[in-house]
Amino acid sequence: MAFNLDSKTPEGPLADKWTNHLFNMKLVNPANKRKFNVIVVGSGLAGASAAASLSELGYSVDCFCFQDTPRRAHSIAAQGGINAAKNYPNDGDSVRRLFYDTIKGGDYRAREANVYRLAEVSNSIIDQCVAQGVPFARDYGGLLDNRSFGGAQVSRTFYARGQTGQQLLIGAYQALSKEIAKGGVTMHTRTEMLDVVTVDGQAKGIITRDLVSGEIKRHAADAVLLCTGGYSNVFYLSTNAMGSNVTAAFRAHKKGAGFANPCYTQIHPTCIPVSSEHQSKLTLMSESLRNDGRVWVPKSKSDGRPPADIPEDERDYYLERRYPSFGNLVPRDVASRAAKERCDEGFGVGESGLAVYLDFADAIERLGEDTIRARYGNLFQMYEKITAENPYKVPMRIFPAVHYTMGGLWVDYNLQTTVPGLFALGECNFSDHGANRLGASALMQGLADGYFVAPYTVSNYLGEHGEMQADKKVTTTHPAFDEAEAAVVARTERLMAVNGTQSIDSFHKRLGLIMWDNCGMGRTKETLTKALEEIPKLREEFWNDVRIPGDDKEFNIEVEKANRVADFLEFAETMCLDALTREESCGGHFREEHQSADGEAQRDDENFAVASVWEYKGEGERPELSLEQLEFENVKLTTRSYK
Amino acid sequence: MKITLHVWRQKDVNSVGKMQRREVNDISQDMSFLEMLDKVNEDIIIEGGEPIAFDHDCREGICGMCSMMINGRAHGPDDGTTTCQLHMRSFQDGDAIHIEPFRARAFPVVRDLVVDRSSFDRIVQAGGFISANTGGCQDANSQLIPKIDSDLAMDAAACIGCGACVASCPNGSAMLFVAAKMGHLANLPQGQPERYTRARNMITQMDAEGFGACSNHYECEASCPKDIPVTFIGDMNRDVLKANTCSSAK
Repeated sequence: MAFNLDSKTPEGPLADKWTNHLFNMKLVNPANKRKFNVIVVGSGLAGASAAASLSELGYSVDCFCFQDTPRRAHSIAAQGGINAAKNYPNDGDSVRRLFYDTIKGGDYRAREANVYRLAEVSNSIIDQCVAQGVPFARDYGGLLDNRSFGGAQVSRTFYARGQTGQQLLIGAYQALSKEIAKGGVTMHTRTEMLDVVTVDGQAKGIITRDLVSGEIKRHAADAVLLCTGGYSNVFYLSTNAMGSNVTAAFRAHKKGAGFANPCYTQIHPTCIPVSSEHQSKLTLMSESLRNDGRVWVPKSKSDGRPPADIPEDERDYYLERRYPSFGNLVPRDVASRAAKERCDEGFGVGESGLAVYLDFADAIERLGEDTIRARYGNLFQMYEKITAENPYKVPMRIFPAVHYTMGGLWVDYNLQTTVPGLFALGECNFSDHGANRLGASALMQGLADGYFVAPYTVSNYLGEHGEMQADKKVTTTHPAFDEAEAAVVARTERLMAVNGTQSIDSFHKRLGLIMWDNCGMGRTKETLTKALEEIPKLREEFWNDVRIPGDDKEFNIEVEKANRVADFLEFAETMCLDALTREESCGGHFREEHQSADGEAQRDDENFAVASVWEYKGEGERPELSLEQLEFENVKLTTRSYK
Repeated sequence: MKITLHVWRQKDVNSVGKMQRREVNDISQDMSFLEMLDKVNEDIIIEGGEPIAFDHDCREGICGMCSMMINGRAHGPDDGTTTCQLHMRSFQDGDAIHIEPFRARAFPVVRDLVVDRSSFDRIVQAGGFISANTGGCQDANSQLIPKIDSDLAMDAAACIGCGACVASCPNGSAMLFVAAKMGHLANLPQGQPERYTRARNMITQMDAEGFGACSNHYECEASCPKDIPVTFIGDMNRDVLKANTCSSAK
């Protein structure tokens, strides 16, 4: 049965939609709010801000995270900044311009109304964060400072040194802590969600595993919010944290939530290149470095000279050459592909030839080393720790790496998935970034969803569908919970019973290679078909030969990993299928068959101005595709040009 | 590289732990310390043993999840570095490396090198926040904050909550952590209304969790991966004193 993908976008002019919608929503009487229990899975920017805000309203909230404390969620690693349409620098920014840049940056594959709302609430986020004590950078007069970022020609990015993510997360975590102290939120740390429980098609709770004791537990609720981040780790090597996973989203998908555009993955252009086969993760260097750093490769192939010995006229500043108006500040997908193109042609640098230079020599000469240190000191230090090279003296070597996933659970304008009562916020949903996310927009979206969208739309859902009477509520004794728990237990038992010879990590690495080689920066029908043949074989091998040491009724990191990798092994197939079905190039999805003569992505708006939403049909079965047609009434679809 | 590892193994909080020796070959200088442990674990799993449990997540020095005392130093021998940022090039071929969990009364061992640091969360819940509910905030630029104050707040806010300060302190004191949390908010105008109740409540909770007191060893500052200075402890003590003595701060 195909999904009914009604986006529930409100009527009226773009700029009035959210205001009208707010007025038309159902409210819940303050005295009744405490009768509703809301589950929030994940405690990053989206999860922590949603849990805190819902508790402030009076709802009874249970919040879950797999880390030892909610403050460690991977939002913390965002470096560069957060966008808002404040126009403090007086350079011509506005809500409309932020909306336009974001929808264009996403290569016209996002829903207009959602993106406009994101731009609209962006300013409130900054106000909220400052009120919480987020120490954003300031100028000498005491006003907030802004910087520019890829894909925009205005300076609208607020930042806190190189650790904006950590500071915003601490803000949300402190708000969450305040609510935990008040008793409004019950926090469950070191706990992982393993299933969503649905009753008559509505989300009514979750099943979790306590990662310390191994105990499987049931939790009932009137609504469930998934704020569980993205799935970049399907590639094994990515800039995501080691624990980041698709499990919660994928298990929800298995229970009926449509998964939209899984092939939209963002490859970030400025990461530290892979150095050895033992590499466990990749490290990103903030895109803000491209404000002052110049990207180049030698003009001659396999030029073995040290960078300092290569004279100016023998260097190819290829971004400045190809994109004179945006130069080094082109969006991420464009910068990544350009780097890949140079390396594929044999101009790459470093031992592997899979790197390009990011050079600060000009900026240091112009501004002085102290200014560069003040702007990027911690990033330079981080680079030096990993590579043992001093970027003040030698240009950085960078290469693209998987960083963010624009695809995610399909949600309507209310952030509700195709399962009523199940919401998805932040990177977990597909909603705002289309086929490519602009820098400094992930933090904005996570906090927009958590602080300023979900508190209203979840209230509206509870006002319309919530059961207030305690004796009529679904409890954990409902047969649906028995069934879901039994399935979780059976799956874990099945995993433990394999008792094979190969480690979980070895399977994860192999899956990552299949995905990177065939569904990475460039994809073709041939590579995707190959991946679709290899993944089921690897999955079968996993289920026949994986070794999980120890017991599942104890603290056992291998059991955690096994569950996550098993889900990646299924999910990867849907991803490749989506990439194969989308016969166009757009944003982070580059099908090599669909490119212009000069190597730019070629969209097919006639056939693919759609969100592709997949419905789970069983393991190894082909998922069913439904389409949401994207309507563009306020922007004109043009070829994205940064020239 | 060849190294000899001595690792703390402990099944759970109620078990008795012990150091376990293991010879490790084929280590590359470019591996991170945690990648070295990944390789050791991979070998242990293939041999049929149980891997060494350790906390880690972002592996880029910001989430604060990784811990470990490495040869007696929290986060290992390099200054201003978390364990995940440490690389094997900081060691010599043939070295013996001793790895233990962060030890403190308030950090019970969960398994092997994993400890329970939830006491930090409870200290923050006692008052380490600004009570600004979502919505209704004034424009972010309506209040000027001198850059010097904002920078100072940011210096303190750089704390990643890893607990190295506690593990390094001979008293198992959490003073640097608590001072960093307070220093972040106390240096901003938004933090003023609750400044002294915050100081009182956080210190009370810190004591209740079983952390020791400060006796000026400064081991915390030396081990802090974010180089947070002990001067914040002085600022905190002044606030706590004022909170406990001055009627204006009640």
